[in-house]
Amino acid sequence: MSTPAVQLKPGDYKTDVKPVWCPGCGDFGVLNALYRALARMQLEPWNTVILSGIGCSSRLPGYVKTYGFNSVHGRALTLAMGVKVARPETHVIAVGGDGDGMAIGGNHFIHACRRNLDVTYILMDNEIYGLTKGQTAPTTPTGDRTKSSFYGNPEPSVDPVELAISTGASLVARGYSGDMKTLTSIMVEAINHRGFAFVNVMSPCVTFRGDHQFKELKAKLRHLPEDHDPTDRTAALAYTRETDVMTTGILYRVDEPSLVDRLNHVNAVAQGEGPQPTTRDILKTFYPSF
Amino acid sequence: MRKVLKGNGAVAEAVRLARAEVISAYPITPQTSIIEEIASMVSRGSLEAQFIKVESEHSALAGCIAAASAGARTFTATSAQGLALMHELIHWAAGGRLPIVLADVNRAMAPGWSIWTDQNDTLSQRDTGWMQVYCQSSQEVVDSVVQAYKVSERVLLPTMVVLDAFFLSHTYEDVEVPEQVMVDRFLPPLELPHRMDMERPAALGNLVFPDRYMEFREKMDLAHGVALGVWEEVGREWGELTGRPYGLVEEYRMDGAELVLVTAATTASTARPVIDALREAGVPAGLLRLRVFRPFPAERIRAILGGRKKVVILDRNCSFGHHGIFHQEIKSALYELPHGEQPVLHGIIAGLGGRDITPDDLHGMLDGAWSGKITAPVTWWDVLPVKDRERAAVTMVEGG
Ligand SMILES: Cc1ncc(C[n+]2csc(CCOP(=O)(O)OP(=O)(O)O)c2C)c(N)n1
Ligand code: SF4
Ligand SMILES: [Mg+2]
Repeated sequence: MSTPAVQLKPGDYKTDVKPVWCPGCGDFGVLNALYRALARMQLEPWNTVILSGIGCSSRLPGYVKTYGFNSVHGRALTLAMGVKVARPETHVIAVGGDGDGMAIGGNHFIHACRRNLDVTYILMDNEIYGLTKGQTAPTTPTGDRTKSSFYGNPEPSVDPVELAISTGASLVARGYSGDMKTLTSIMVEAINHRGFAFVNVMSPCVTFRGDHQFKELKAKLRHLPEDHDPTDRTAALAYTRETDVMTTGILYRVDEPSLVDRLNHVNAVAQGEGPQPTTRDILKTFYPSF
Repeated sequence: MRKVLKGNGAVAEAVRLARAEVISAYPITPQTSIIEEIASMVSRGSLEAQFIKVESEHSALAGCIAAASAGARTFTATSAQGLALMHELIHWAAGGRLPIVLADVNRAMAPGWSIWTDQNDTLSQRDTGWMQVYCQSSQEVVDSVVQAYKVSERVLLPTMVVLDAFFLSHTYEDVEVPEQVMVDRFLPPLELPHRMDMERPAALGNLVFPDRYMEFREKMDLAHGVALGVWEEVGREWGELTGRPYGLVEEYRMDGAELVLVTAATTASTARPVIDALREAGVPAGLLRLRVFRPFPAERIRAILGGRKKVVILDRNCSFGHHGIFHQEIKSALYELPHGEQPVLHGIIAGLGGRDITPDDLHGMLDGAWSGKITAPVTWWDVLPVKDRERAAVTMVEGG
């Protein structure tokens, strides 16, 4: 794929639409890291699609000068799959919130991981439903008080990173929206990856989780040790369900055929290698004694 | 007891009074404060119920269906995209003959994204077998939710109680909240005849062959017919208990009216002073407010509108390709009138996506119809002019 004729700077990926996020929202950090990552890679805006579901975080596509699609709640990955198989040459990036990706869209997440869908998925995890004003999400820690659980969330929560590793994603990372440098490099690696690249970004909701979410996350922030082997699934899983620390970096990365690779392979087989099946062969697959 | 409540608060109060036992919901603007209020009632102990916080609207209604099948009184609430996502189970709830009550805060469907009011979300569920009631005030919301349980449990059909986004859901007004003892007398505990019962084991949701399927569906249709009478009876009984009787429709200054505005929900409140002003100016205007939309009170509407000169039907919705939906329904109800009694109908589509319908708009519609300035059978009100209709029809972007 060609690169743009002029050198694009992060600001060149900005649209005229002013973000409507609350001042101090973590999602600003994610957006800025994405501008930098796109510029570092010199991705052609006309060859890049950013799709989202619904939520505060899902407003992001409107702020980036690429193709954008602010779709329905929970379905970003299903739309991303459609774009990728129709136009495999495009860079497809899906973004959204933890409610969008883990609650109403949770089912699609598992299957995107399992298929190793060639998409980068950036989840902005604030452990709450922000847009609907602060209800418990599947990521809300047990015991936290929210608008829908007055005496504390009674349910266990999910760690999206653990779910991604265990269901087949081929690149899994954790980032923090207040650490732009690390987040930008993670995004570059994720977008470059062939297969499903999942980046869970801890991105505080100052309005419904309070300032302390920022401070607490910052205090917990750790980088992966230099000697971490990202191909070791067990080693990667050791950095999930963390409570006292938050380890950022690329926890897991393996080289596996992606969905598009597999579809291409099936197409190649169907189109010619070896003799074509006869009607009788086909009938036999339905009715072995035929 | 008098309380200052917004429409959403009125829903929650009524759910508490009806002693719903299982509430299952997922948040969506502008419904959210209904379920937040109910969640808080449950955790404070003022409502003894199970509140299930699920991961989508599809699961929310599934939760109600299961709890109702087990014999519990159930409630859920949603809006727009959420109601659309429930659609598969909306059919199931009605086909399973479960008396679930759902409050829908009318919100326009995406795309383009809108959180403001119109009726296409609920009217798209018209043919599912649910009953539908459109409310004009918080008082009517409290009263209708409680009545909905009574009617639903009598005829074994679920009910959608519908309120306008923001104009009603988020507007505070003075409401008379009925006493619990009175509601308890009015609404006895649910005794679902086909509930899951260890003494009478049965399987739910089986395959039904062509030799039986139609009979189940005919029963649903028959139940809608019975429900018309039950809504009237229950509305009368409520009136005796509270001094606030309700009917299938509401007439305002219909004596001698030759020009009638037909509409539903909060627009009816906007319309009353407009009708008064027209009367003062010597125009024989009246208002017919649709309240119970399913079952559809066709006979009643025919009796009211037969012989009037002009009828303006205001739809905050559209069945693309064929009129507003209230317009369609009223037109088909009037077909059986003798020729000389058929009024001239003018359908107006207005207020989609939350666009305000002001008294000036209503004056414009009614004056236009009365003076003969409006001649078209269907008018899209207050939209940007289109230069080339053929071209506009096949372009996505605004205007053209
Ligand atoms: C089918 C459907 N149900 C519910 C909603 C309402 N809704 C919009 S965003 C949202 C949750 C947002 O949470 P999250 O995905 O974590 O995004 P955040 O706002 O926190 O970034 C919900 C419940 C909707 N738009 N569509
Ligand atoms: S509500 Fe929370 S997530 Fe939404 S914009 Fe505000 S701070 Fe960000
Ligand atoms: Mg969130």
